[in-house]
Amino acid sequence: MSNDPLHPWEDPQATPLIRFENVTKRFGSFVAVDNLTLDIYEKEFFALLGASGCGKTTLMRMLAGFEQPTEGRITLNGEDIAPIPVNKRDINMMFQSYALFPHLTVAENIAFGLKRSDMPASEITGRVDEMLNLVQLSAFAKRKPHQISGGQRQRVALARSLAKNPKVLLLDEPLAALDKKLRQETQFELMDIQEKLGTTFMIVTHDQEEAMTVASRVAVMNAGIIRQIATPDAIYERPNSAYVADFIGEVNLIDGKITSCTETTCTIAWDGGTITAKPRKKLDKGTEVRFAIRPEKVAISSTKPDAVNSVQGKVLDIAYLGNISTYHVETEHGQIIKAQLANAKRLSRRSFTWEDPVWLSWTDTAGIVLTE
Amino acid sequence: MRRALVISIPYIWLIALFLIPFGIVLKIALSDPQISIPPYTPHFDLSAGWAGIKDFFSQLDFENFTWLTEDDLYWKAYLSSLRIALISTILTLLVGFPIAYAMAQAPKEWQPTLMMLIILPFWTSFLIRVYAWMGILSSEGFLNQFLLWTGLISAPLQIINTDWAVFIAIVYTYLPFMVLPIYATLEKLDPSYTEAAQDLGCSRAQAFWSVTIPLSKSGVIAGCFLVFIPVVGEFVIPSLLGGSKTLMIGKVLWEEFFSNRDWPVASAVAVILLLILIIPIVLFQKQQERAQEAET
Repeated sequence: MSNDPLHPWEDPQATPLIRFENVTKRFGSFVAVDNLTLDIYEKEFFALLGASGCGKTTLMRMLAGFEQPTEGRITLNGEDIAPIPVNKRDINMMFQSYALFPHLTVAENIAFGLKRSDMPASEITGRVDEMLNLVQLSAFAKRKPHQISGGQRQRVALARSLAKNPKVLLLDEPLAALDKKLRQETQFELMDIQEKLGTTFMIVTHDQEEAMTVASRVAVMNAGIIRQIATPDAIYERPNSAYVADFIGEVNLIDGKITSCTETTCTIAWDGGTITAKPRKKLDKGTEVRFAIRPEKVAISSTKPDAVNSVQGKVLDIAYLGNISTYHVETEHGQIIKAQLANAKRLSRRSFTWEDPVWLSWTDTAGIVLTE
Repeated sequence: MRRALVISIPYIWLIALFLIPFGIVLKIALSDPQISIPPYTPHFDLSAGWAGIKDFFSQLDFENFTWLTEDDLYWKAYLSSLRIALISTILTLLVGFPIAYAMAQAPKEWQPTLMMLIILPFWTSFLIRVYAWMGILSSEGFLNQFLLWTGLISAPLQIINTDWAVFIAIVYTYLPFMVLPIYATLEKLDPSYTEAAQDLGCSRAQAFWSVTIPLSKSGVIAGCFLVFIPVVGEFVIPSLLGGSKTLMIGKVLWEEFFSNRDWPVASAVAVILLLILIIPIVLFQKQQERAQEAET
């Protein structure tokens, strides 16, 4: 595992391509990025995920060179990039607004960076054609940006930022302007292109689905701090804090106290009884914890199930989403627990409806115990 | 019905305040001078009936327009006006663009104040401001006194009554017409354009030349037309600050009208001036249409 080329962050010998070392960025008294340390490896598709104003864009703009860190340093291939101006950095950025030059054609836009590099003029045409092929826009080379669709503009912007073959490509909310269907298609296109070129991609997004789909690792940011860095599945299944658990997807958070605990199993007392779960480490008796469980891991039944953990309640609300339904079940103590059920049957034969008394149950490994 | 009424207002305005006066001027231009009040003939007289109208039209001729081509004063004055207008438009652009750019780059909360400062001179009479320039530019004026005091010059410069005084006053007077449209385009410009240019390898100066300048083209063209068109017919500035050698068609027109009291020739001069200006006005309209199309 430690030498797995697909997981360089697990290899202690691997040297990161980009390294943020105790980076702080202040705007006046506002701290946008707070003493942040982060390693990004070659060929990674790294996602910075967070709500707006969490500092993710500032972090990316520092890497691009539009902002300088107030404290700390950023290195690329071991070299401090602070003295290198924007136009000399081997890093290109795809802007959220795409920033395609309206007075230039698609081909001229893609050639813009090449003309300012040391590439001989004779090779530029070939490189532009290559990029147009990559994003399947060869037929539109002579059009102006306002003569093509939003999805095509997005691809021109991608081709333009990749034309100079940068070491790192920064993508600032690259798909935010597209509608949902196109966004999903484009996510896979982005992954294909990243895999084909092997360029390190760093994407900034507030859309967790997008981050989870495209990225090899996701960093969840909040208030200038990285809350967790992990692979998408680890972020989802093993969040390290209630904040991350709540930020990614839906979650039930149940407050309780440890009544007994060993290395492998512990009991949590809460208003509705006790929960048996597997802790990550032995916890002291009386520790205040939050038990987090995803709605799809909660089973729902009309009779008392034979399960480690179960609680009774009645159906308060049903959110019908087509493929799945989320049942909001209120326990006797007023706690609302969400349970998700795939709608395998047609709606007319749904087993539960409003006000039905139901049992909720889950296994001892379904949820996690959070102390943060 | 109400729609037609609303639409008719600008048309009535145009007919009453442009087309009818123009018709009168054209009619005078085709008449002959005469010592009378008004000083031209023939007069339109409906009382003589159909024969009177026929007689009236038979007396109109293009004599005055022919005269304009015979005396070289006129075409020299037209050419000189165009030359002065062209040079002063370029000078106004050179002064105005940096001002507009600086305004657009200034912090957002400062921009309304800066805009105010640009418009502020309009609150004083144009004539008074031109007279003020006489005080500044004359041989004993502030500028010469200041330059003498600093020791840069040993004798006063002759600025007033030269083309230079005209250029300075035109640049000063028409600057807002150049600054405002350029500022409007620069202010709308997404800052990520220049960031993208820098990201793709441009230095700040290169990004300015290859992105900011081309993208502010529509504002520059609008500003140039707004300065060029009125300056061609400018009369007050050349007559107050220009020398005897500063030849401008507005001045010629004034002299024909008031000194010579030759209304028909003055009208002919005005009609030709209008025809000359129609070309840039049409070009300007076309450009505005194109700019609007590109935006939508």
